[in-house]
Amino acid sequence: MSIAFNREQGLDTLSLMIRSRLFEKKIETLFSSHEMHGTTHLAIGQEAVHAGVSPALDPKDWIITTHRCHGHTLAKGASIESMLAEFFGLKQGLSKGLGGSMHLIDLEHHNAGTSAVVGSGVAIATGMALQLKRTGSDNVVVAFFGDGASSRGIIHEAMNMASIWNLPVLFLCEHNLYGMSSSATDMVSVKSIASRGSAYSIESRSVDGNDVEVVYAAVQKAAQYIRAEGRPYLLEALTYRFSGHSKNDTCNYRTREEENVWKQKDPLEIFKERMIARGHLTEEDYKAMITLEQDKLDTVAESLITQKQELSLDEAYSFVYAEGGSQ
Amino acid sequence: MKQLSYREAIREAMIEEMARDEQVVVIGEDVGSYGGCFKVTTGLLERFGTHQVIETPVSEEGLVGVAVGAAMMGMRPIVEIMYGDFSTLASDPLINHAAKMYFMSAGQISVPLVYRTPMGSGTGAAAQHTQSLEALFTNVPGLKVVYPSTPADAKGLLKSAIRDPNPVVFIEHKLYGSEDFVPEGEYTIPLGVSDIKREGTDVSIIAYGKAVFMALEAASILEETEVSVEVVDLRSLRPLDTQTILASVKKTGRVVVVHEAPQFGGFSGEIISQIVADFEAFQALKAPIARVCGKEMPTPFNKHLEMQLPPSPHDIVDAVLNLFPSAVYKTTPAGKGHRDFSHIAGHSKFLVSN
Repeated sequence: MSIAFNREQGLDTLSLMIRSRLFEKKIETLFSSHEMHGTTHLAIGQEAVHAGVSPALDPKDWIITTHRCHGHTLAKGASIESMLAEFFGLKQGLSKGLGGSMHLIDLEHHNAGTSAVVGSGVAIATGMALQLKRTGSDNVVVAFFGDGASSRGIIHEAMNMASIWNLPVLFLCEHNLYGMSSSATDMVSVKSIASRGSAYSIESRSVDGNDVEVVYAAVQKAAQYIRAEGRPYLLEALTYRFSGHSKNDTCNYRTREEENVWKQKDPLEIFKERMIARGHLTEEDYKAMITLEQDKLDTVAESLITQKQELSLDEAYSFVYAEGGSQ
Repeated sequence: MKQLSYREAIREAMIEEMARDEQVVVIGEDVGSYGGCFKVTTGLLERFGTHQVIETPVSEEGLVGVAVGAAMMGMRPIVEIMYGDFSTLASDPLINHAAKMYFMSAGQISVPLVYRTPMGSGTGAAAQHTQSLEALFTNVPGLKVVYPSTPADAKGLLKSAIRDPNPVVFIEHKLYGSEDFVPEGEYTIPLGVSDIKREGTDVSIIAYGKAVFMALEAASILEETEVSVEVVDLRSLRPLDTQTILASVKKTGRVVVVHEAPQFGGFSGEIISQIVADFEAFQALKAPIARVCGKEMPTPFNKHLEMQLPPSPHDIVDAVLNLFPSAVYKTTPAGKGHRDFSHIAGHSKFLVSN
């Protein structure tokens, strides 16, 4: 089951996927040239998931994402300025430089942030859904997690609670075959993580996570189901990360042959070719889109490098405890 | 004033806050019609319904994670974890998430959550249901840690904890039936303010939680001597009322720190560090600082062994008397004219050897 985007929606989606791909590549460059510090987790190859999920939601639906959160955050609406600034550790960043690459929080776009403790965000998303339900909201919360996180006990606890309490959560498993270096074949007891839904009486489906229209349609349907039935839903998107787990990964746990097989299924290429075949895009249009996004990215990065503003330690202290209460 | 048990005072604080704000929600295992493991939440479900009392499966990590997420969206959850020992299970949502959300989001998100849990031994529940694990939390910036001793303090501090915009670990001792006077009407006690439970001039006993009662009992035993004891009840461990501690030490010059948790690596180390790092307090010291803490072993099941684990009033008396060595030398060849406390000191090494 899929849908065909109209021209406008298709171009928007394509440009989001391009932005995400180029953003990640820019980050990769800035890390290897040591202009950024810390670590980073890229989602190159997984663009169809994040570009398919958030646009299929109501803008007021919430997401909780993971350590691999750049694409989700872009797709939910954050600007590349606020994200890049955060990666540089700057005051203009989404979290004023206190969060960094693994902690992108953007309340304005109903992105409640990430847990970089693999799997833990799923319980937090479930709690957000509990409060949405208590307050009579129609909105849903998407809890992103990966095949690695699927082995955490907290996922079991959260799914059980979401089911017994009928909570509006979309458990969204990005199954990219590897939890860091560990193959899901060796670490996960089931072939399809979606098949675990039945253990919690949760409706579930597994879809091609490299086809953005398939992901979009599946999320739209799942969100409709959650709103109509007041029940959680588990959606598994099968995909592959082209990049390593984090910045120092030589990918010695997988073969180049396997990587090449998946590169034939590059979500960006697939969708671009489809747009061309539909007559919605030419190669020239595509090149122009790439140039446009790349120029924007380079300009923003340049300007941030030259105008660094950082929090002082005293300013950072002011974010350890919230003020207020009865004291 | 009215007489309430520790349990009733805690319950009353919750009832008042739940009635004031429907976002105040009790979440935990068996907190509904059963009334919670220690019967603290009895009657809440009947009064407030499932909108404000949420019973959960046996999922400590999950339920605290859920409470963190709900708090981020405007709920003011009061989580009940039936034994403090199970905090090991709940530590990821508390330590890695609740404590850091406000910081990591640079103030975009706060987590107004209260984590209620009882700690301590004396119940015959053996090694996995009796620990005092407050030090797991006191070393985490972003968390507040409260450990009240009396019913009045418990009520006022819990109300403040519920209204606080930060995650507060609210530790309860298990003397839930112990009664004392509680003020009538609305009141709160600010977090981070300790209380002098007994004024004195010769020695400061610094304690919190159930150990405060041991300290007070030791102080009354010591009434037979000329040693005037001040008992400082910390009430909050983080933020810590260092000012009151230092003022008391500067006045008395002698310090005994008491807690039920094992001594090694315990919170007493922090209290002592605060004292010796202060120039004036350090100069005011007339004797080394003593600690009376729990023994370095898991809680044994055997009743007689278990009873020897936490600090007893007599252990505290001994520790106090040891700070006055000249006073106990009467039974040694040191000379005459010194005070003799041998009849009240249970185990003082100075006295027993004679």
